[in-house]
Amino acid sequence: MDADKHFIVGIFDDEEVLLKGIGKIRGNGVKIHDVFSPFPVHGIDDALSIKRSRLPIAAFLFGMTGTSLALLMQIWMLGYDWPMIIGGKNHASLPPFIPVTFELTVLLAALGMVGTFFIASDMKPYKWPRQFDLRSTEDKHVMAIDLAINSGKTKDELRSLLRDSGASEVNEKSFE
Amino acid sequence: MAAEVHLQEERYIFKPTLRRNIFILLIAGVVFFGLGLFLAMNSEGHGESAGHGKEGHASVEATTHDMTASLQHETHDEDTAADQHKAEGGGHHGSEPWMKRLFTTLWMNNVFFTGLGIIGLFFVAIQYAAQAGWSSGIKRIPLAMGSWIPYAGVLMIILWFVVKGDLFHWSHAGLFDQNSPEFDPIINGKGGFFYWPLAKGTFPAFFMARMVIFFGMWFLFFTWIKREMLQEDLAGGVTTTHWLKARKFSTWFLLFFAVSSSVSAWDWVMSIDTHWFSTMFGWYMFASWWVTGLAFITLVVVFLKDAGYLKIVNANHLHDLGKFVFAFSIFWTYIWFGQFLLIYYANIPEETVYFIERMKTAPYSWIFFANLFLNFVLPFLLFMTRDAKRHMTMLKVVCPIVIIGHWFDFFNMITPGVMHFEGGVGFLEIGTAMIFMSAFLLVVLTALSKMPLFGKNHPMLEESLHHHI
Repeated sequence: MDADKHFIVGIFDDEEVLLKGIGKIRGNGVKIHDVFSPFPVHGIDDALSIKRSRLPIAAFLFGMTGTSLALLMQIWMLGYDWPMIIGGKNHASLPPFIPVTFELTVLLAALGMVGTFFIASDMKPYKWPRQFDLRSTEDKHVMAIDLAINSGKTKDELRSLLRDSGASEVNEKSFE
Repeated sequence: MAAEVHLQEERYIFKPTLRRNIFILLIAGVVFFGLGLFLAMNSEGHGESAGHGKEGHASVEATTHDMTASLQHETHDEDTAADQHKAEGGGHHGSEPWMKRLFTTLWMNNVFFTGLGIIGLFFVAIQYAAQAGWSSGIKRIPLAMGSWIPYAGVLMIILWFVVKGDLFHWSHAGLFDQNSPEFDPIINGKGGFFYWPLAKGTFPAFFMARMVIFFGMWFLFFTWIKREMLQEDLAGGVTTTHWLKARKFSTWFLLFFAVSSSVSAWDWVMSIDTHWFSTMFGWYMFASWWVTGLAFITLVVVFLKDAGYLKIVNANHLHDLGKFVFAFSIFWTYIWFGQFLLIYYANIPEETVYFIERMKTAPYSWIFFANLFLNFVLPFLLFMTRDAKRHMTMLKVVCPIVIIGHWFDFFNMITPGVMHFEGGVGFLEIGTAMIFMSAFLLVVLTALSKMPLFGKNHPMLEESLHHHI
């Protein structure tokens, strides 16, 4: 994608220090690219001002699609295409359709959500994600700061800011 | 992260203005009650709805007749319309229609509010058994609701002797006497469940013993759990001693409640339609009680928060309570549908008669469908988003809907089996509900004002304070 991306990468040992550090760094007008954690950190979304996911909206729409598809399918099949008398009920009667409708609603909502999530987070086959530091999958919190969008600060200023905010280690990382 | 909250002991003050408003509700209820009673006494069995009633009458009679034709005990099916004529013709159903209506509404409201009381205790017990931390700041509200249990128990036992002849068909001795024209082989087969170890048709010893034991044990568990919770306040600092004891009592209570909630549903509600039975019924009534109780707890928390109490409660706690109401509205619907679909599909006359009475008879039909709308469609759609459950305005809209919706649910469980075509929701029913509501509020809020609003030594209070979802 973008050629020659350069990042300053801060390594944090503790999530409490990390949360305080995020506040300090953002308070200094530095934009944080992203933070990678080995486990969910409570309150990190608020600290980074990450907007709430719109995935529930997609789930609702997929669910409604499932509901309507299921009802249409059953009403068409049992009511018009091949009417059958089951237990003396009307051809197209609502109550026996509900379980199938429920199942299809759940199925489409779930599959739709997974698909939407993959597309929205740009996950696809043969795409290799950027690894800022492999230790973010083990026991370290990794904060990446994009140099290009923080042109107001020099590398050294960013390095010392990260150090002051509690980073135990500061590295540089470039991607082609 | 969390804002600094100074945990000072909070006490709820039951203000005279609120007490006055509850008394106004009580007086309005009494006026409605009197007016409704007067109207019911002066109508000749058929009120305004006579027109619709007759129409529904004919068609339902035809349907039920077809269906019961295959049954051996056709002449004796209490649920059929045929029986209705017998009752009107001075059969064994003694009391005047207005008295039956009065008894029905008293019994129905008492069962409904018993549920609110016992669910208070059930909620507390669940929190202990699940070792839940988030709720430790609000547990005193459901605990206060539990103080209604003894009142409900005494009322239930007294009421039973008043209403038994009209509400509980099985209390007629002739049903169990082979030589009597009233003899009913089906009810005779169920007689042991009510009368054991005494002779059928005498005093329902087993039934009464269950009622007394259930209320007695519920009250006992309530006292034990409450004692531990209040003694915890007197301890010098944060302690787990009382928490562990309360958890022990809670687990035993949950075991007891698992059985007693189901059996009480059969005893107090399902046995009104004596011929009919549903294996889902225990769960069904429990689900209705449970979601009503959750809505009531949420509503009280929201109003206390509005009045400046419960500083430890924030949007996250409200969110959890909202999720409870949302989830168990769906749970109730699931049980409702589980009961309905099987009966609908199997189409066995002795089972379907229950739903035919409720779906196709004029006074109950609209309640039957309103029930689904108020208790499923509205909470489901209104509570779906995260924000709806976190904002007090929406909670104040949906929780009353759920409470009123389930009141109608109980109405439709109990009334059709007694009143047949003569039931309905009028001044009498609304007045009785208002009287019960004001009495319940007086008892609960008085109990709440006598203890601290949260346990300051609760081992999980700190967790509740930092609750974040």
